[in-house]
Order: sequence, then C-alpha cells, then structure tokens
Amino acid sequence: MLSIKNLHAKIEDKEILRGIDLNVKPGEVHAIMGPNGSGKSTLASVLAGNEMFEVSEGEVLFNDKDILDMAPEDRAREGLFLSFQYPVEIPGVSMVNFLRTSLNELRKYRREKPFSASEFLKIMREKKNLVEIDSNLTNRSVNEGFSGGEKKKNEIFQMAMLEPKLSILDETDSGLDIDALRVVANGVNKLKRPDNATVLITHYQRLLEYIVPDYVHVLYHGRIVKTGGKELAHELEANGYDWIKKEFEDQ
Amino acid sequence: MDNVIKNIIGKDISIGELFEEYRSQIEEHSSEVLNSFRGEAFDTFQETGIPSNKVENYKYTNLQPFFKGDFKFSIAPGKSEQNVEDVFSCDVDTLDTYTLYVVNGWYYPLNDLEGLPAGVRIGSLAQLSKDDPAFFKKYYGKRVPYLSDGIAAMNTMFAQDGFVIHIPKGVVVEKPIQIVNILMSEESLMATQRNLIVMEENSEAKVMVCDHTLSTDKFVMNSVTEGHIARDARLDFYNLQNQHNATTQVAGFYFEQHENSLVSTNNLTLHAGVARNNIELKLAGEHAEGRAYGLYLLDKNQHVDNFSYIDHAVAECFSDELFKGVLDDYSTGAFTGKIMVRPDAQKTNAYQSNNNLLLTNDAKINTKPQLEIYADDVKCSHGATVGQLDEDAMFYLRTRGINKEEATILLMYAFAYEVIEKIKVKPLREQIRGLVEQRFRGELDKCHSCVVCGQKGTEITCL
Repeated sequence: MLSIKNLHAKIEDKEILRGIDLNVKPGEVHAIMGPNGSGKSTLASVLAGNEMFEVSEGEVLFNDKDILDMAPEDRAREGLFLSFQYPVEIPGVSMVNFLRTSLNELRKYRREKPFSASEFLKIMREKKNLVEIDSNLTNRSVNEGFSGGEKKKNEIFQMAMLEPKLSILDETDSGLDIDALRVVANGVNKLKRPDNATVLITHYQRLLEYIVPDYVHVLYHGRIVKTGGKELAHELEANGYDWIKKEFEDQ
Repeated sequence: MDNVIKNIIGKDISIGELFEEYRSQIEEHSSEVLNSFRGEAFDTFQETGIPSNKVENYKYTNLQPFFKGDFKFSIAPGKSEQNVEDVFSCDVDTLDTYTLYVVNGWYYPLNDLEGLPAGVRIGSLAQLSKDDPAFFKKYYGKRVPYLSDGIAAMNTMFAQDGFVIHIPKGVVVEKPIQIVNILMSEESLMATQRNLIVMEENSEAKVMVCDHTLSTDKFVMNSVTEGHIARDARLDFYNLQNQHNATTQVAGFYFEQHENSLVSTNNLTLHAGVARNNIELKLAGEHAEGRAYGLYLLDKNQHVDNFSYIDHAVAECFSDELFKGVLDDYSTGAFTGKIMVRPDAQKTNAYQSNNNLLLTNDAKINTKPQLEIYADDVKCSHGATVGQLDEDAMFYLRTRGINKEEATILLMYAFAYEVIEKIKVKPLREQIRGLVEQRFRGELDKCHSCVVCGQKGTEITCL
C-alpha cells in the first residue's frame, strides 16, 4: 500500500529525513517511535504534502502511484489521511460545511455522486456515535475553542467520515487524559479493516496499549534505525531511547 | 477652480460656477428650509473645494480627479428617472420589506409603501420638506458638517431630493425598510442625494440601503444621510454597495444619538469603483451605544476608503467598531478610525478593530486608528492587522481533499464571517452570507444584480 524508499527531505537546507525506508501493507498497524527531533512529524508532513519541506531524494509510492508530485488534496483523494498533532482552528468555517465539502471532494474524485444534505447528516450522525464525539462540536467552527482532547477526537471523527486507506496519526496521544485516549483508541480500532492501514507516530508507548501495532519502528536522526514487533515498544518504555542512540553512534 | 465639469450645456464649468448658474433654478423647485442652507454651504465650498489628499481626513483618497471631466450634472429629475417601471421587477422571495426606489438621487414618484404602521412617514425629501417645514427646521442639516467638509458642503449646496424616514414615538417597524438606490443614465452623470432619518423616542427600525448601477456609464454620486436618533430609539442600518468600477461614490452617514439609544451601522462594499464612506456616530446622550461595522471586498483597481468617527460627547457611552477587508489584485483600501472622547465623557467604553487580508503583493491598505482621549476614566482599545491567508489552515483544508481554490474561498469567507455575523436581521444575514460567497467564487454579477431584492440587470460589461 505504502512504499517509501530512501526518502530525504529538508527544510531551509537543513536535512531532516536522511533516507527513510518503510513498507506498509493493507491491514497493518505500524508505530513509528523516536526521541524528540528525530523527524517523526516531518515524515508525516512530507507524506501529507506539506510544501514547507523539500524532498531532495527518494520515492514514495501509495497504491503504486508516485505521490511526491501530487498536491496535498490529491493525496487525500487517493485515500491518505493525516491526523494532525496540532489541529488548526479555523474560525468562520463550520464543521458541517467543512466536512461536507471535504467528503464530496473525495467522492467527486472517485466519480461518485455527491451526498445530499440529508444523506450527509445521516452519515455524520452514525460516525459521531462511532467515535463518541460530542454532538455540539459539529455545530461549531472547525476546531475553534476546542480543548486539546476535543481536537484529537475531531481528527478521528474526520478519519471516520473520510474512510481513508492509510491513516497517519501524528502524536494523536499527546496531551490526552486517559478517557480521551481511550475514546481516540477505540475509534481507531473500530475503523480498522483488512483493506486499510494505520501509521501511528508517537513518543510514548502509552497509546500502544490500546492500539496494538504489528510493527514498531524507531526513528532517529532521520532514519529508521530499528524495527521490531510490539515488544520493542515495551523495551523502549523500560529503557528509554539512550541505548538506541548509543547503538546508532557506535555504528 | 480645479474641478471642471465639461458637458453640461456644452461648456467647461467649475462646480462653484455651476451652482451659481443654476442656483435660482434649484431654489425655485426646492423648499425654503433646503434653500436656507445653500448660501453658507457655498461659501464653505468656495474655500475648501473638493478635498484632495492634502486634507488630513482625505489623506488616502484624493477625490479631486474623480469630480472633474465629462459629466452631465443632475440638476432636475430627467426622463429616465421617471420612467423606469420596467426595471423594477423586484422579486423579493425571502425578504419581506417595505421597498422604495431612488433613481440618480431622485425619489421615485411611484413608490408604493402600503401597510406602514400608523404615523410612520417615508417619502421624498423634496416633498416632505415642503409639506412639513417645521419638522425639517428642527432636524435638517443639524448634524452634517457642511461648514467644514467640502463634500458635505457640495451636497448641501445641491441637495434637492432623496428619502426621508420618520418613525414616531414608540413605534416599532418590524419589517425592514429597503431603499434601492439606482444609478442609470445614457451619459456620464454626476448626482446628489440627501437623506434624512428621524427616529423619535423609543422607536425602532431596520433600514437597508442598496446601491446599484444599472447602466455602464460613468457615475459620481455625492450622498449624505443624516440621522437623529432620540432617547431609547434603536436603528439598524445597513448599506450594501454593489456598483460597477466606473462609479465614484462619496457617502456620508451622520448620526446623532441620544440617551440610551442604539445605532448599528454596517457598510458592506461588495463591489465599487472608488468609494469613500464617512461614518459618524455622535454619542450625545448617556448610555448611548454606537456600533459601526464594515466589510469591503475589493479586486482589480477598486478603491474603498472608510473613514469612521465616533464622538463620545458625554459619559457612560459604549462604542464598538469592526471593519474587515479582503483585497485582491492591485486594489487599494483605507480605514481611519477616529475616536473622540471629550473631557466629560468619563466611563467611556470604545473598541475598534480593523483587519485586512491581502491576497496579492500589489494590493495595498492604509489603516489608521486615531484616538483623541480627553477624559481619564475610560476604556479604549484599538487594533489593526494586515495579513495573508493562514498557511496552516490552508494546508489543513487541503489534506482533507479540498483544493487550493476552494480552500481559499472557505478561508476568505471565514475571514469575512465575523462582520456578516453582526447582521441581526436573519434573512438579510443569510442573503448576504450567500452573496459574499458568490462574490468570492466570482459568480456574482458584480455590475448589476441587486443582491438583496434579486433585481436582475443587463449583463453588458463588467468594467
């Protein structure tokens, strides 16, 4: 589904990703962990198409299509979804208008009929129940005045609405209390299907108690330096990142 | 004289000379009250002339070049002003209003205003000033700075007609009163319009003025609206401007508010050539509340200058101002927010904000807060911002499959929303909301359609 080969990316001449290789197959859950500044969020941004970063080398195939030259909106239409670490507040744009525009853009791309207002509202109700989002939130402007937890839940709600093939969740667990974390994790688990995949980007192992990954990768200095099963996350939780750093420097 | 008008009776003539030549004709057709102001106004105008950018209050808009050239000057109502029924196919579906028309500054004689609440007078300035001189003596010209401002002086010299709204004590007019101002001519035209709004104690009204151009000729409009708002009265005033690029409009709104009155003005410039709004609220009675809002959406070479002046003349008053602009292409704009807090105006609360979104590097805005505070126990705040579209929000929307153009429209709309939200009349708010969106999508027939009443124009050219 996703194949990343030797991906290099920089911002203002500062290289942040220095050769990432990663393969994600349908039905899989991958966790990308790593210390602060290792390039985790940059990887998420680059995959979603943030123009602040310049890709200097490498290849990213998503469902066999090269997405690096695609605009962010086209990547989304192809089925890529990024849950933001810091979802943006957009006062004046209503959640309903935003989501309906978004969903219908995706449908248009797939040559499907746009949803009517009533069809849309029905789907919205179903998905709201699925991810346990407070129904008042959808009456407001996008993320405006939402608490940290509400913003993260709203990301998962959008994911439920858009039904992406690949979801990249960037630090979705950060700043969440245990209840919000449970709601977010349940949402992700309920949305899991044999034909979609999830990449979790996280600093802590906490989220992985709720969403069990098939693979855990450690990102350090812009490269994946270690890959293992879910037990690797426990090891990191117990021992921190220092041993990884040391291993890396010894090489 | 600097400002010369050419084609009137086929010769070059300055505005001052024009007045002298036609003064007797104007006075013959006008009421005594209106005539009694012309002399002093003319003396003022001879000194000031049309304001250039050397006049401090007109620093960002030199009006002189726009008031000269090849124009017919509208001295008396012409044929077109009296024979326009076929254009008035106003198709009001969602908005139930009392609607009246003013054409080139002249009150349309066939206005039909059935069902007005008892005692409410809406009519022609020319007529009412003859019918009720005592009423006019009490209010006319009392708030208009015709002794200092060249444009107000010129307006007062030539003033003959426009609309009058008089709401008597305690009367609440539920339905909005809509004035459709139309400019239409077969040649370039310079016109004058003078309006008077009098709201007596504890009365209430919603007034919306829509400005349109229905022919592609070049227009210059000098319009003055004077309002006297008595204690406990409430006025919601909207001005929706939708004129083509070859229009210059200087519109003065001079409102005086008494104790515990509430005035809210909202100047929405959807399309214009050169527009200058002078918006003055004088808070002359304690606990008066004045709100001045505005939205301007500009592109190409349009220019809009909003000059607001909130005069806190007495204590315990409240004012709030919010003006927002979206400027595209090489359009230019200006905002001046003058707030005067006079020495006795303790416990004043005055807030002001002007925010601008520049979509290109060529668009330009001048914004100037101008606070003069002579009392010590006051709360005043002001803020001005000039910025571009929020890149983070743009990226966020795009990652949800929304393309750049659509995201831009959503964000521009979001920016404008705060002003639209201030519109209290819900159907009007909905209409304007839709209209602003159309405007951003480039779907609005900018030149001609009357957006509120659904008036369709001829789609000749968008200049």
